[in-house]
Order: sequence, then C-alpha cells, then structure tokens
Amino acid sequence: MELSGGEIVVRALQDEGVELVFGYPGGAVLHIYDALFNQDKVRHILVRHEQGAAHAADGYARATGKCGVCLVTSGPGATNAVTGIATAYMDSIPMVILTGQVPTPVIGSDAFQEVDTVGITRPCVKHNFLVKDVRDLATVIRKAFYIATSGRPGPVVVDIPKDVTDPKVKIPYEYPRTLQMRSYNPVEKGHPGQIRRAVDALLAAKRPMVYTGGGVVLGEASAPLTELVRQIGFPITSTLMGLGAYPMSDRQFLGMLGMHGTYEANMAMHECDTLIAIGARFDDRVTGKIEQFCPHAKIIHLDVDPSSISKNVRVDIPIVGQVANVLEEMRRLIQDAGRTPDQAALADWWRQIEAWRGRRCLDYDRNSPRIKPQFAVETLYKVTNGELYLVSDVGQHQMFAAQFYPFDKPRRWINSGGLGTMGFGLPAAIGVQLAHPDATVACISGDASILMCIQELATCKQFALPIKVVLLNNGYMGMVRQWQEMFYEGRYSHSYVDALPDFVKLAESFGHVGMRVERPEDLEGAMREAFAMRDRLVFLDVIVDPTENVYPMIEAGKGHHEMYLSAERELA
Amino acid sequence: MRHIIAVLLENEAGALSRVAGLFSARGYNIESLTVAPTEDPTLSRMTLVTTGSDEIVEQIKKQLNKLIDVVKLFDLTEGAHIEREMMMIKVKARGEDREELKRLADIFRAKIIDVTDTSYVVELTGASRKLDAFVEAVPEGRIIEVVRSGPTGIARGEKGLTL
Repeated sequence: MELSGGEIVVRALQDEGVELVFGYPGGAVLHIYDALFNQDKVRHILVRHEQGAAHAADGYARATGKCGVCLVTSGPGATNAVTGIATAYMDSIPMVILTGQVPTPVIGSDAFQEVDTVGITRPCVKHNFLVKDVRDLATVIRKAFYIATSGRPGPVVVDIPKDVTDPKVKIPYEYPRTLQMRSYNPVEKGHPGQIRRAVDALLAAKRPMVYTGGGVVLGEASAPLTELVRQIGFPITSTLMGLGAYPMSDRQFLGMLGMHGTYEANMAMHECDTLIAIGARFDDRVTGKIEQFCPHAKIIHLDVDPSSISKNVRVDIPIVGQVANVLEEMRRLIQDAGRTPDQAALADWWRQIEAWRGRRCLDYDRNSPRIKPQFAVETLYKVTNGELYLVSDVGQHQMFAAQFYPFDKPRRWINSGGLGTMGFGLPAAIGVQLAHPDATVACISGDASILMCIQELATCKQFALPIKVVLLNNGYMGMVRQWQEMFYEGRYSHSYVDALPDFVKLAESFGHVGMRVERPEDLEGAMREAFAMRDRLVFLDVIVDPTENVYPMIEAGKGHHEMYLSAERELA
Repeated sequence: MRHIIAVLLENEAGALSRVAGLFSARGYNIESLTVAPTEDPTLSRMTLVTTGSDEIVEQIKKQLNKLIDVVKLFDLTEGAHIEREMMMIKVKARGEDREELKRLADIFRAKIIDVTDTSYVVELTGASRKLDAFVEAVPEGRIIEVVRSGPTGIARGEKGLTL
C-alpha cells in the first residue's frame, strides 16, 4: 500500500486505535487535514484555541487512561498548545501532540509561522521528534505512542514539516508491530528483596501511614491498593492527583494531605513512624518544609520513575517498579505468610487519629446568608450522588472540590495539579465528556479561571456536549485574594476581577442554558434542574461568599503540624 | 565533589541540546561537556564534568538516564580511570622568552606546533590539573590565547562503557 505522508499520519492514528483527535487546522497541517477528510475512523474535534486542544486531549487521557491526541499547525498553533503540553507533562499524562512545521528546506529561515517547536517544547515533554523524512514517519509515530504511554507516562511531540506530508510523494506503508529501543526500557517489576524489606518495615510499624499520589491512578493500581490497605488496616491519605484511587468515603481515608489537606492527614504524616509513598513525588505543596517532613518516619517509596526517588526527600527503602505489580506482590507476601501488623499499636494509633479527626477541620459556617463555596460543593455531591466526572479549574474552587466531594473511584477527579493551569477545566471537560458520552460531567470553575478558555463553549455547542459548568463566582481570583489577605495585610493587588461578564447571557449567546443562583436555599433546586437537562450544557453561575478562605492551610515553607485552621485561625 | 560522567547517547539531532537543557533547567553545575561520534556511527560519546553533593550527582545521573536519547552512562570517578584534556596555548615569544618558553614546554612534555618571529603555539595533553599548572607557569602577560578541549576520560582495565 502506497501512502503520502499526510495519509500515513492518519492511517497510523487508525492503527494505534485512536478514536479522537483534538485539533485546529492551519497552513502547515493542511495535507494531514485533507487526509482526515477522506476517512471516518478517526473523529476530529475542532476546538477554538490550540490550548483547548491540548487540554481536551489531556482530559480524555485522564478520564480513560488512553493516550490523548491533538493536532495543531506550526508557529502559533504549536506555541498555543505549549501550556497544555506543560500541564500534561507536570501530571505525567500520556499524550501525543502532532504539530505542523514549515517545509524542511525553509526550516531555520524565519519562515512564515515558523518556530523551533522541538526546542520550545523540549523542557516540557517526555520526548519529542522532528520528522525530516517521510520514510521515518510511521516508525516515529509508533515510538511516540509507545513512549507516551509506557513507564512514567507523559506528552510526546511529533513535529512534521509540511513537505513530509506532501500528497504527491507516496511511499509503501506498513505500521511497525514491534519496537526495539535500546535507550528506553521502562521497568515493570520491583526488586523482590526491596519488596520484602518494605513489607517487614510496614508490619513492624507502630504508627504507619500510607501516602498515595497520581501514580496510583496512572498505573491502574486502584484495586490492588484498596485491597492491600484494607487488608492491613492502615490509615491512608492522598495527594490532589491521587484522589479517588482509594475510596474517599471509607473510614481509613483521612482526606487529602498537604497545603490544604485535612488536620488528621497532616498530623498523621507528622507523627507517623513508617511512611509508604506510592506513586507520589513529594511535591512541595505536599511536604511543606522538607526538614520537618515526617520527622520520625522510616520512608518507603514506590515509583515507576527512578528519578522520583530521593529527589526531594531521602528515602530508606526505594522500590522502582509498576505500582500495581508491586502492590499485588506485597499483598501476596503478607497474605501467604499469614502475617498481620501490630494490632495493639495500630489500635492506639487509630485512637490518636480519631482524636485529630474530632477537630472537624473542614467545618464552615452553615448558617451564612450567602452561599459558601463549601456548601456549593456539598450540594453538588448530593445532587449527583457522588457519581460525577468532576473536572476542575485552578484555585479555591479546586481545593474546595478536593475537600468536599469524596470520590470513590479513580479517574473521576480531573484537574491540573502540578502546573496549576487556570483555563484547564472547560476544555478538559470536553475531552472527558467525549470519552464518556453518557456520563454526567461537570466543570467546577471560578470567575477568573473560566475566562481563560471560555471560547471552548463554542466547541461544546458544535459537538452537543451536555457539560454542567458550576461556576463559584466570588468576583476575585480567590486564591490570590486569600494569600493577599493572609500574607500581604489585605492589599488586594489586582486580584479583583472588575467588569465580569453576565455569565448567563454569555452562556446563552453560545447557544447554551445559563442560570444564576444567589441564595443558599435556591441552590439545590437549581442544581437539580440543571443536571436534569441531560442534553444541554448548563452554565450555573453560583454567586458565593467572596470572603471565604480555604482551610486548613499550611503556609509555604512550614511543617505539617503548623496548620492554620478555619474561623479561630489557631496555629495547630 | 567533581565527577566525570561518560554518556553514550543516540547520535541524533538535538540529543546534545537535551543534555545541555537538562543541566540549565534543573540548575545543575556543568564545568565542561565534550561530545563526538564513536566507532559506531549511531552512537555519540559525551564526557560531562560536574560538581555537586552526592545527592545532586545521583539525581543528575538519574535525570540523564531518563532522557530517551541516553543509552548508557558511567561515572568514571567511581573507579580508577584516566582523564585527558588537550590544550593549545598561543604565547608571545620574543627575545629571552623564546628559550624560557621552550624549556617550559619541555618540562611539561608539551609540543610547540607553530612558530613565528613573535609567537609560539604550544600543544599539551594531560589531566586538567596539569594544564592548569602549565597556564600558571607561563610568565605574566605572555598568553595570547588558550583553547582547551574539556576533559575526556576512560576507565582503567578491561571493562568499557559499551552496549
């Protein structure tokens, strides 16, 4: 079979089993778009901005575990996608980004819509390629998917000059079945000796703690994690990225840890004597001050990426391997030997944890005449029976959602954790809704975040996506305002979003349904009405208390035991 | 501590910039970096000289290994090894200095490879410290230009950094 470069791109996507491509056409990718036009196996979703394409592909990947794909043109097409690529990179999301490039003879001449895409994206991709010969195209695409989805996943950019996709140049096509890469061999199984050491340490613990991250979700390790943790009865916490991997409504789950983690989770981290970190990377928002991080604990770290180990925090027992394999192996070791943890010590530990839990650190004013953002998220949970795919933007609303919407399954909580990209929510929700057309998908956002990718409301209309946008509208960049209140003596420098649009009319102008709620007593009814509209995008503008802050809070550079709690703001 | 890390990497466009970019992005020290193809034209060998605490150097090695283009690496300073750097130094050579500089070259086993009425170019190979010593020994104000290759290195004994 002889194909042109443009046809090879499309055919390779088909052979990879790609269902959806998020993209935006332009000069350098016109040959590829022409090849897309002549087939119907790969569905193209036209976004309204290339950043949206990258976030949508990212949302699709997070909701399914499959590789997200986007296709953009050279120059501004590629640079617009960079924020989305960096977002995926920071959260290790498998994505392949196909970018057009100016024809090879003019590369380096500052041609129209030319940028050094490989150079610009290098620090925010797992790998990237510039394809200079059409004969390399199929193999490079195969490699790109393999690299993106294996080991610690991540985005891979394939930069394709226009002449490489020339319809007049046809070559024999065969998609490589197998791939040999001498320089890339991701690990599978953990070292058996290390796993045994880790099990011994866990069973000897008096005050154990399990700390999980996004790697559990990415590594499809939710089931083995849940079985192991239930089997040994340990307390468990999770980072923002790992929420839902272990059922959050379970008693053993202490809530999220870190800067806005719960009192009980952070105190248990501070006091534990043995910590097992699973698919987590000791991010600064999690650890707080490194010198005060888990000061009494022997630390076991399980991760697929060797460079994550002992990067920020010195680890006593490292295990490099696929988390699902290693957790399964640990569970089997404990079960086969009929071993159990120190039950008396564990009971004491749980008594201490329950005392911390008794502080009810997430309490807020339920009698407020204004809608509290926490109340809005609780109502959302109630109305959707916890069965939501909840996609978040970045800011206070993101933290409130993480604290007040207990996810019991992985891949239900979708947000930009590492990069913290405002504008992520709406386009990512597009990817999630397309991945699960019959599921209920909501985007929780703020009045500042939503405006960063608001143009994607048009994409939602074009593809009839019934996403529910729940806007916690406080008129501020809430998280910025909170820091200015707490650390800058209330000098609210440029955090007030003056001149907000009328979001109801805005939604309507895009062909959607807009609703506004201002009183707490109207909220549940409005949400029920919105979610009952199964075939429409409903934009729910919820006017919330602008003075509400996210608590608990650990100030940057402080230890886990030094939390601000709500209301009385006492230092714990 | 100073480490000399030998890296085998795919001889592909952009591989060098991935390594250089890694060092600048993560704020690692880099004293020198040399790279050239090996007997296998698909592979380049790079020699990196870096300094840092044990933890940092461990991270540097992990991060290098993580680069897709890196096939294999070895920290030469972990074992017995030979380090060599080449230097060409152009010096003002007039009157009495001509004999003096010639003597100095002999003492260091350097070669004078270019001679004019007023200058020499001296070639010298050795460990970086030896090159430093030669530069120090040249009388004040005589140096016109110093060109150094950056160190390369190889482990002693039969074992080698190969695939």
